[in-house]
Amino acid sequence: MAEDEDGGRGGAGCGDGAGDGDGGADAPPPFSDRVLENVLENVLQFLSSPRDRNAASLVCRSWYRAEAQTRRELFIGNCYAVSPRRATERFRRIRAVVLKGKPRFADFNLVPNNWGAHFHPWVSAMAAAYPWLEKLCLKRISVADSDLFLLAHSFPNFKELSLICCEGFGTAGLAAIAEKCRHLRVLDLIEDYVEDEEDETMDWISRFPETTTSLESLGFDCVGSAVNFEALEALVARSPALWRLRVNHHVSVEQLRRLMARAPQLTHLGTGSFGSAAAAAPLLQGGGSSVVDLAWTFAASKSLVCLSGFRDVEPHYLPAIYPVCDNLTSLNFSFAEIAAEELKPVIRRCHNLQNFLVLDTVGDEGLQAVAATCKDLRELKVFPLDAREDSEGSVSDVGLIAISEGCRKLRSILYFCQQMTNSAVITMSQNCQDLMVFRLCIMGLHRPDHRTGEPMDEGFGAIVRNCKKLRRLAVSGLLTDKAFAYIGEYGKLVRTLSVAFAGNSDLGLRYVLEGCNKLQKLEIRDSPFGDSALLSGLHHYYNMRFVWMSSCKLSSRGCKEVAQMLPRLVVEVIRDRDEDHDNEAVSKLYMYRSLAGSRNDAPSFVEIL
Amino acid sequence: MEGGGSYESGDLDNLKATELRLGLPGTDEPEKLPSMLPRSSKRAILEANESQSKRNPSEIKSLEEDQKPAAKAQIVGWPPIRSYRKNSYQAMKMEAETTGMYVKVSMDGAPYLRKIDLKVYEGYKELREALEDMFKCFSLGEISRMDESNVHEYAITYEDKDGDWMLVGDVPWEMFLSSCKRMRIMKGSEAKGLGSIP
Repeated sequence: MAEDEDGGRGGAGCGDGAGDGDGGADAPPPFSDRVLENVLENVLQFLSSPRDRNAASLVCRSWYRAEAQTRRELFIGNCYAVSPRRATERFRRIRAVVLKGKPRFADFNLVPNNWGAHFHPWVSAMAAAYPWLEKLCLKRISVADSDLFLLAHSFPNFKELSLICCEGFGTAGLAAIAEKCRHLRVLDLIEDYVEDEEDETMDWISRFPETTTSLESLGFDCVGSAVNFEALEALVARSPALWRLRVNHHVSVEQLRRLMARAPQLTHLGTGSFGSAAAAAPLLQGGGSSVVDLAWTFAASKSLVCLSGFRDVEPHYLPAIYPVCDNLTSLNFSFAEIAAEELKPVIRRCHNLQNFLVLDTVGDEGLQAVAATCKDLRELKVFPLDAREDSEGSVSDVGLIAISEGCRKLRSILYFCQQMTNSAVITMSQNCQDLMVFRLCIMGLHRPDHRTGEPMDEGFGAIVRNCKKLRRLAVSGLLTDKAFAYIGEYGKLVRTLSVAFAGNSDLGLRYVLEGCNKLQKLEIRDSPFGDSALLSGLHHYYNMRFVWMSSCKLSSRGCKEVAQMLPRLVVEVIRDRDEDHDNEAVSKLYMYRSLAGSRNDAPSFVEIL
Repeated sequence: MEGGGSYESGDLDNLKATELRLGLPGTDEPEKLPSMLPRSSKRAILEANESQSKRNPSEIKSLEEDQKPAAKAQIVGWPPIRSYRKNSYQAMKMEAETTGMYVKVSMDGAPYLRKIDLKVYEGYKELREALEDMFKCFSLGEISRMDESNVHEYAITYEDKDGDWMLVGDVPWEMFLSSCKRMRIMKGSEAKGLGSIP
């Protein structure tokens, strides 16, 4: 639909009959603006991508208003980038919110407790502004039970709650959600810390409505306390729309069978322990489920495409999943401590696998088996059982090469190992041209190529050079500034970069800040980059979501200078408890663009420059 | 118990076991942890345990862990694995639970000490039987045999957290587990005054 550049005025331009023809040409401009905006709104409601919407809102004031009225989904990548009040004032008809909080390195204990990212101010603002809110997704947000109570009571039409890597709440909050949100379709708890005070665990599963529910997805594999199983079974039985169920490790294989019998329509299943209750209490149970019985149950679940769980897996039960292997597109064995011999008969049947998560206990041999069968693999994550700097590695360059040769469509890889060779990484860069995410974690600090003794520069250089779609990169091992020169030169689409124990001098960081013009998220630890390198990025920081630098060579002087030059950047210096507050050296820097200015909830160990 | 079984079979590798000591049993010396299981035998032991319904890679792992020198101070947040994940692995969980239950046992007259995992026993009776078995080879006499005066030939004693030597068997088993630092099987004549053995 054609529209004048300065939009709105005159109104004669849009003649597709959508207007209600009131008043015609004599109507004062504001009125015809409104007509135009009505039309615009009708059109803009079809625009869903936030990027497109952001672009539309910049066209002119009229478009800005129309877009703000029609936006239904609010995505806030950094909860401190904008204030809740401002967001709720601009966008009045939001139905779904995604909110992200702490920096990712908080997952690795680098951010002290109580740093921030509290849900409270947001839920309070939304309770007032968005009574029709339906969906909420929170990541790395500190959520209290009281926040969940408020949520449960404020949104009568609430349908979907996803909490990812959150903490601060317990079963009391879950009970409130279950009880009050009568239209709940989704309750997904993913890698949260769900903690109750001693003896205060509540039976939240029993709080769901007694009638048929509209539940489609229920995931509580991260909840540490056992749930009332009878209540869970009854809940599943009266939730005919349920297609995803992920239970925690307290659910035994016998109990799992009962759940699966109630919900044969499941497509996604988190199996809990996948071990027998009999093993845990041999004197009480007669003997557990046989693997044959279990296999029959799986055979009846014809729709399963995604399996996870296997927390305390007893390997002799694994063959029970053979009936569904061929249909699986996603398999998460990353909590299953199994060896190659136990993996092989399973993986050999998974011809359609696209996502695979596994523990390094399967070794290079296990990975070779994956490469031999899973030709459609898109995403692979190999986690270490023994996550220490000096542990014995179980997977190596051999496994990486095998995967690159067998899984040519690979888009995303996360690989933990003790040592690596450039040659293997180069091979992967040549074989897997579709790679968008390459995260290699060589756990041994500063480890060079174990065959040539050289730094890992060439390997990572090949990745950025050959993988033209690369958007996310994590580097490790012995790396000189040369590696960063490569990244700056070739990593033109890289949006997220993670660096640890790498580089020689300020040049390294300079190369990246000057070269990677699409960079949005930068996290660096323990690398020798100082103030002058930090200052070389001034031209770019407003285009970024955040920068994290810890244990580098920064000083308050340099950080203050950045804060002064860029007033819309919030520059936080985080000090550990036992650190000297007068210390010039900055051990943790976290900076991000923001419309909200300095936050007013910063704890005492955070100094905002 | 499975753990106890695999422990016994590793004795031949126990270099410490063959060390001749001239000092009194129980005197302090730098803790040099013996190699009890060659690393490559982990797989062999796992296979041997296959028939049991519950695997014990955790116990084997915990034995292996004993051989590592005092762990290097681990760097915060490295490697970058979420604690959620780290805390979930059975082997790691069990390791945390079993550390600290190994105590040295000396016997008067025996040329070398033994080390046992107290957690493996369900009570005093089993402990006594295990010790009997363990020190049988020294032909020093039975721990449970009495001499003419109806006093046991040997007394099993232990040093508790306060450094006092106590007679084994007086306190409830759980309390014993939490307070026992090491044990000594001493000649009955020396044990006079400690009371009779249950």
